[in-house]
Amino acid sequence: MQASIQVSSRPEVQYLLRIGDTALILGQRLGEWTGHAPVLEEDIALANMALDLIGQCRAVLAHAGALEGAGHDEDQLAFLRDERDYRNVTLVELPRGDFAVTVVRNTMMATFFKLLWERLADSRDSELAAIAGKAVKEARYHQQHAADWLVRLAGGTEESRRRADKALAHLWPYHAELFAADAVDQAAADSGLGPRWSELKEPWFAEMTQILDEAGLAVPAAVPFLSTGKSGVHSEHMGYILAEMQQLQRAYPGGVW
Amino acid sequence: MTRAERAWEVLGGVPDPEVPALSVRDLGIVRDVIDHGAELEVVLTPTYSGCPATEAIERSVLAAIEAEGLGPARATLPRAPAWTTDWISEEGKRKLREYGIAPPHSVIPAQAGIQGIRIFRRQPEMVACPHCGSHHTERTSAFGSTACKALYRCLDCREPFEYFKPL
Repeated sequence: MQASIQVSSRPEVQYLLRIGDTALILGQRLGEWTGHAPVLEEDIALANMALDLIGQCRAVLAHAGALEGAGHDEDQLAFLRDERDYRNVTLVELPRGDFAVTVVRNTMMATFFKLLWERLADSRDSELAAIAGKAVKEARYHQQHAADWLVRLAGGTEESRRRADKALAHLWPYHAELFAADAVDQAAADSGLGPRWSELKEPWFAEMTQILDEAGLAVPAAVPFLSTGKSGVHSEHMGYILAEMQQLQRAYPGGVW
Repeated sequence: MTRAERAWEVLGGVPDPEVPALSVRDLGIVRDVIDHGAELEVVLTPTYSGCPATEAIERSVLAAIEAEGLGPARATLPRAPAWTTDWISEEGKRKLREYGIAPPHSVIPAQAGIQGIRIFRRQPEMVACPHCGSHHTERTSAFGSTACKALYRCLDCREPFEYFKPL
């Protein structure tokens, strides 16, 4: 059994892990739809978006490993950390749920990622800026696709509307973590690595409001809830998804296709 | 012809693994060939972040150059500037159409820039059917057999086809 690796707590490394891990876990959740989506076209679309996310994750984690300078490559970072060392937001690790849950989460996350990549394209770190310059084009397609579906579900049948409503109520409170300020964010802003995620809150709300208006869904009321995945304290779902992801690398260290 | 120019010619015959009707040069994936004396450097650009063909392309490009006795060669893959479908050559667009894939439109300036993307009420894209040329077509899915394509069908000749999305 391959032992776990420890990763530097330097803020620039942590900032990159947040981005890479959030893309990684969301990509893994979307991949779960392969062979299970409601229609074949959507099966293919979700797998394609998962692939984009894994590709973005791979680039960001490879760069995190290079910045850290401890010889960790992207595969080691993706597969050999313990749960507490993953920095993804809790929203992306929640189970995939029904199709409405996936559509609502994709709308929230693609909107967030699009705004984040736009800002990261101006990073003082040229590698991160280059990754972002490519990823932002992909995130635009993801956002359009998710938003189109949310409008269809909300304006579809009574059942699709009920499910869209329910998914929104379930997932909405998790958005707060995306914009919660902390020292890692501040250090990234100070060094010019990337924006404080809290700066994305206003444009994110504006775009989400536009999408929800179009769908005829009300923006849910704020609730006092803050998830903590970014600092490594995850929901009970995280252990299961990691077990599935890590099994092969743990059992066959360094295994490749 | 210089060694770099010969290599450039050779790469015109290396097919893309996903769209084998086109060469990696037609798709704008080969950006440059630089002669460093001891070795050739082939500058390749990845298309999508998660494109699973990137490594296969790198291998086939280097193998083709070695096979012509132009090696040793190595590949570099700079991420910036990001690949865009605007780099697909006119020849490449013609080959796409013949292969049954509608070629991408130019990237709309408003979408190329960072601001101003429209989430809704986008201009419907007038995509011509690669089989009969009709513009009477509709999109059936935003994603196709690969991330770079969308699924369409022609309402006149009734044939399904793929559209290479502008990126």
